[in-house]
Amino acid sequence: MTNSTNTEASTAINQLFEDRTLLAKKRAVARKRRNRSEQRFRWAGRLSIAFGIACVLFLFTDIISKGIGAFTQTYVDVEITFDQETLGLNSQSTEDEIKAASFGSFYKKALRDKYPEITGRTEKRQLYAMFTSDMPLILRNMVVADPSIMGSTKIISMIADDDFDTYYKHSYGRDLDEAEQISRLSDMQEGLVDSLAKSGAVKTKFNTILFTNSDSREPELAGIKGAIVGSILTLLVTLALSFPIAVATAIYLEEFAPTNRITDFIEVNINNLAAVPSVIFGLLGLAIFINFFGMPRSVPLLGGFVLTLMTLPTIIISSRAAIKAVPPSIREAALGMGASKVQTVIHHVLPLAMPGMLTGTIIGMAQALGETAPLLMIGMVAFIVDVPTGITDPATVLPVQIFLWSDSPERAFVEKTSAAIMVLLTFLICMNSFAVWLRKRLERRW
Amino acid sequence: MNLSTLLLIILAGSAVAYFIGYTRSQQIAKPIGGVRNLATLPTYYASMMTLWALIPALLLVFFWSVLDGSIIDSLVKSSFPEEAKQFSEENLGLIMSQVSNVASGIGSIDVLGQEYAPAVDRLVSLTAISQRAMPLLAVCVLVLGALMGFRAVRATNNARYTVEKIFNVALFVCSSIAIFTTFGIVFSVLFESIHFFQKVPFFDFLLGTHWSPQIAIRADQAGASGSFGVIPLIVGTLLISLIALLIAVPVGLMSAIYLSEYATSKTRSIVKPMLEILAGVPTVVYGFFAALTVAPAIRQYGDKLRDWGADNDIGWLANLAVSSESALAAGIVMGVMIIPFVSSLSDDVINAVPQSLRDGSYGLGATQSETIKKVIFPAALPGIVGGVLLAASRAIGETMIVVMAAGLAANLTVNPLEAVTTVTVQIVTLLVGDQEFDSAKTLAAFALGLFLFVITLALNVIALKVVKRYREQYD
Repeated sequence: MTNSTNTEASTAINQLFEDRTLLAKKRAVARKRRNRSEQRFRWAGRLSIAFGIACVLFLFTDIISKGIGAFTQTYVDVEITFDQETLGLNSQSTEDEIKAASFGSFYKKALRDKYPEITGRTEKRQLYAMFTSDMPLILRNMVVADPSIMGSTKIISMIADDDFDTYYKHSYGRDLDEAEQISRLSDMQEGLVDSLAKSGAVKTKFNTILFTNSDSREPELAGIKGAIVGSILTLLVTLALSFPIAVATAIYLEEFAPTNRITDFIEVNINNLAAVPSVIFGLLGLAIFINFFGMPRSVPLLGGFVLTLMTLPTIIISSRAAIKAVPPSIREAALGMGASKVQTVIHHVLPLAMPGMLTGTIIGMAQALGETAPLLMIGMVAFIVDVPTGITDPATVLPVQIFLWSDSPERAFVEKTSAAIMVLLTFLICMNSFAVWLRKRLERRW
Repeated sequence: MNLSTLLLIILAGSAVAYFIGYTRSQQIAKPIGGVRNLATLPTYYASMMTLWALIPALLLVFFWSVLDGSIIDSLVKSSFPEEAKQFSEENLGLIMSQVSNVASGIGSIDVLGQEYAPAVDRLVSLTAISQRAMPLLAVCVLVLGALMGFRAVRATNNARYTVEKIFNVALFVCSSIAIFTTFGIVFSVLFESIHFFQKVPFFDFLLGTHWSPQIAIRADQAGASGSFGVIPLIVGTLLISLIALLIAVPVGLMSAIYLSEYATSKTRSIVKPMLEILAGVPTVVYGFFAALTVAPAIRQYGDKLRDWGADNDIGWLANLAVSSESALAAGIVMGVMIIPFVSSLSDDVINAVPQSLRDGSYGLGATQSETIKKVIFPAALPGIVGGVLLAASRAIGETMIVVMAAGLAANLTVNPLEAVTTVTVQIVTLLVGDQEFDSAKTLAAFALGLFLFVITLALNVIALKVVKRYREQYD
């Protein structure tokens, strides 16, 4: 009897132990599973971040590798005699006479004289096409600047045509497969490049044309000066309008506004405008400013108006945050000393909130500098060769210039587009880092 | 005299007024025992005088420049010959522009007809009068205003009240610009849309499945009528936005979770700004990237896949056709663009979940990921949904990426490898370049704009409501 009880008890105890080990095993399995899932989750987070950073790096390396070539330009040193007979000019010729002279045929003759072995019509045309089509104009300007060079022989640094330039920079002298060759030159032209390069006449220099010229149909003559000036003018208008208006709005809403329906309505409007797609502001500019008020198209003044309306919410929201951060004790102290409400705000709150407001303004300006869509609609996409001199001259801006160039089929324009993007990104990075620096340097914490 | 010189003169004049006001207040202070016996500080007297001089002159210049064009126009039109009065509005506008061309020396009066000579003369003389009178009047108003201000510089008159009142009014006017902007947007898109719906029935627009906005110049040309069915555009927009969200939401959300829950503050301070760079890159750069790098790459891989499918007899793969302007390329790049947007919004929401919830969950033995998945995520869900809605509205309204990387042909398809077009692309292509304001083609852009405005506005309102309701739970 006792024996059987003992056996029963021991089986029960054994059972219990078994259950326990089973449970412990189960738990161990579950713990492993849970730990694995924890690890998986962490890796998912790490991979997401890695993906984001990889995108940044890929974007930048892609743009830089595409655009770095545009910062150099190929030049060819060619000896040219300013032949008095061909041009019908001499060192005493007046400017009008020089401008009337036929530099086009002179230039072609000079090239033909250098390469007397080239005879066929097509070959000759290909020879002329080796250099930029503006070469006669450049020669003429040289003579206008200094008529005494007539009759002398000079070594002219000629600007290579974009096809020549691209070939020389990316394919010439490199061991490339047929498929990797980037060349739109004919065999004869490639031979010419080869002989010129071997004679040491071909040079690549830093491309100053990119920064001193405006838009052009010829890639080798196209530059971003006009676009940069247009961007600066547009931004100046935007800044001059949006900063005072935004600061005034922020002050009003934070310090003076009574709590009523109108104030609520203003706040709702500002929050909604912050989320309106930028292209809608283009429609507004077109329908209200151009059609209703009859403002001229394509001018920085109009662009500035549209961008002001677009950036206002951004600046207002950050300015309000800056004003909110000023502790009430400062206001109370000023009021207690007998200052009026306006004096308190202007003398005490505003200076303390200024760093935050400026940071917000710079970020808003950076946003305005990169904006394209609304400006397309108000006609800032025009092909403009002249550098704008005022806010009522037709102009284009840097992002729009990028958009225009990206449409061009020439490979050289892809390079120029990427270079323009690099310039734009440099501006933006400078502005944003300045904003960050300003915030770190000047912002006080209470 | 041009406008900027006039403005400079007005500014200089008011600076002089400030100086005079300041000296005058000191002058009147002397006999009564110094500045402290004035009702307020000299700077307030000076500011008051400046405002008296500045504001009326500026208002005059502003209204004059806004109104003079239309007033001169109507005066010139009244001197048109009798038979011109029966012309339609558009013809009158045409004649008016010819008249102004002749007046500025382009073209000759003979083309227009001698009977318009008085109109041309009138235009010339009126413009000359307006150009001469405006600066003169502005300066007069400036001087008069300054004189009024000067008279108000009295020891007993508290100029501070005036100045502060004007300051308050100015602040209010600046704040109401936001309201005017919204009204401006609504009216500009609404009016043109109403014109559009007079030409194209509303339901044809909303339910039509064919979009080809080309209106022929002659009635007998092929496809003369043009059709404005918006469905293909909506499908295209949604397709691209969906691809973008499929990339941005998981990546943005997971990086936000990792950064706020796992990462050390040092990692966070390095990684977060790096991700924010993506938000600062202009959209035109993304567009260029999408069109020149991503789209060709996708096409290339698609072609490789097709060849591989053809080699291995996989039927559907062998028929794979990737368009060079695929929705996929635009969608992927747009997704990358809105990653930081999603991640910073979710970051805010996750950080707003109170620590006590986390502590409770850890106390019950949950691992960190279990806490996140089962406690924090549900608690933050409304905020995250709000963030996703905002991201969706951003994606729908995004313009440059799709203009540069998506196509123009309005295909009704959900295949991400084909070219689709979006609402914003159509707005831009319809409005860039020369337009006439009464053609259905141009007006269609405004109808699309109205559509876009309403959709994004609705998404934002819903998103803000959702976020707001959630925030109230823990505050």
